[in-house]
Amino acid sequence: MSRYFADRASKNIVFICAFASIIILIAIFVFIFKEGLPVFRQVGILDFLFGTQWRPGIGEYGVLPMILGSLYVTFGAMLIAIPLGIGCAILLAEVAPFKVRQILRPAVELLVGIPSVVYGLVGLLLVVPAVRHIGGNGFSIMAASIVLAAMILPTIISISEDSIRAVPRSYKEGSLAMGATQWQTIWHVLLPAARSGITASVILGMGRAVGETMAMIMVIGNSVKIPISPLDSGRTLTGNIAAEITYADPEHMSALFATGIVLFFMIIILNSIALIVLKRGVRARAVE
Amino acid sequence: MLWSRFVAPRNTQRAAMVFVWSAGIITILILLTIIVYVLVQGIPEIGWSFLTTPPKGGLAGEGGISTIIVSTIYLIALTIGILVVPGIGAGIYLAEYAPNNRLTRIIRYGIDTLAGIPSIIFGMFGFALLVTALHLNFSILSGALTLVCLLLPTLIRTTEEAIKAVPRGHREGALALGATKWQTIRHVVLPAALPGIITGIILCVGRALGETACLYVTIGSYTGMPTSLLDPGRTLSLHIYYLAMETNAFEKAMATATVLIVAIIVINAITNWLSYRFQIKMRGRLS
Repeated sequence: MSRYFADRASKNIVFICAFASIIILIAIFVFIFKEGLPVFRQVGILDFLFGTQWRPGIGEYGVLPMILGSLYVTFGAMLIAIPLGIGCAILLAEVAPFKVRQILRPAVELLVGIPSVVYGLVGLLLVVPAVRHIGGNGFSIMAASIVLAAMILPTIISISEDSIRAVPRSYKEGSLAMGATQWQTIWHVLLPAARSGITASVILGMGRAVGETMAMIMVIGNSVKIPISPLDSGRTLTGNIAAEITYADPEHMSALFATGIVLFFMIIILNSIALIVLKRGVRARAVE
Repeated sequence: MLWSRFVAPRNTQRAAMVFVWSAGIITILILLTIIVYVLVQGIPEIGWSFLTTPPKGGLAGEGGISTIIVSTIYLIALTIGILVVPGIGAGIYLAEYAPNNRLTRIIRYGIDTLAGIPSIIFGMFGFALLVTALHLNFSILSGALTLVCLLLPTLIRTTEEAIKAVPRGHREGALALGATKWQTIRHVVLPAALPGIITGIILCVGRALGETACLYVTIGSYTGMPTSLLDPGRTLSLHIYYLAMETNAFEKAMATATVLIVAIIVINAITNWLSYRFQIKMRGRLS
């Protein structure tokens, strides 16, 4: 009888394990909202989201400079990482001979593994001085965008490459047989067919970019102001939380959790779009 | 097709190849720049004394990283120790038991969402729940529990993949011999999937080594030797951050980064080797 008991008990235990993720997700959600909502009530949601002054000392909490900081940095990183990443993915999936792939693929894997502080450190010592030559003091949106682009490049490369590879061979052969050049085949046949995977890779990269913290603190300058030019310093939502959470008093703390709520929503929206796009791609392929 | 009227397809092809190859070369150059820059400045600093003396603290950033290495090892051992049960358990459930219904879809959506939440949000959660509400303070335990939440989705996914890679015939054989489902999983499926699961665990170790943001607000910045799990600590990655931001000892930061990068390269190599062996083993038995 006991092995049947063990059978049933184990099934329940592994179910609880799987359910734990949901509980953790809900707990994170509840905690961040519970701690963050008071400041919405006190300052007002609109004033919090669109206020331009962040002065915890006198109870002014406007998070707009940080929202814009995060968006600018992400946009800048995308501007660099999308062409590079998709170019590299095409190279890996279609163009490069086997030997080149054998070098390039581990390199991309290693880029994923390098910790974000190391990117921050190299950014601090190489990218920031380089940007200083162009103008400003170097700690800037531009420096942060460059560092971030390097960090999300592998995400875009590996997912895009997989989705280009997943396009059925016959598409490519059909196009080549009709006399299209290799690039015409890639541009007019393979890339459109791999569209959903490539889009998802870009959105996942954006999610990583919005969520990156330490490397951003190290190169962006962290001043609370709305950046006008790429050479201005700024602050991201994530940097705002990390820089101040360890010494904040309760009201200030609540404002930081509210910053977390804004960040949370940005990420959830981006990830949900990525999941939907990816699923649609899978379904489209299944129909074919 | 307007484009091809003005530019010969042959020329477009040539320009495109130049672009694609440059993208590849730039990617390699980024990696080489980071690795060479860090290693060239870091390696001369590394010696026996750097690895075996504790950091002295202060603005000059004197001293080595012995206590930092110990804290890092404690943190990772504790994290993995807590992580394996729920991570592997959930992987088993999703691969073997989960019916195709709404609840399973919710669980999968939850895991996917958890995987996308940024590290600093886990950090805030750990700070509010563990550090403040449960009075664990800044400690290795707080850091480890926060990391467990962060790494859970990774281990669940890799475990599920590893279990699904085990050929059907294994299970059918065991069930036909009268084993219960759990006996089949425990004595047939899990041993076969073990290399894949271990790969997942090592992957988690690698990610834990590189993690900073969620630990920055949960583990503290203590540079002494931790004697209990409730002591605060400092990991290698955090140490790099503090050295770079609060001292002028960039060469020490580079040396610490070198240790970290070497550890991660070794971990990557082990993971690749194991998963390669695992694939061969699974394919070999299939045919």
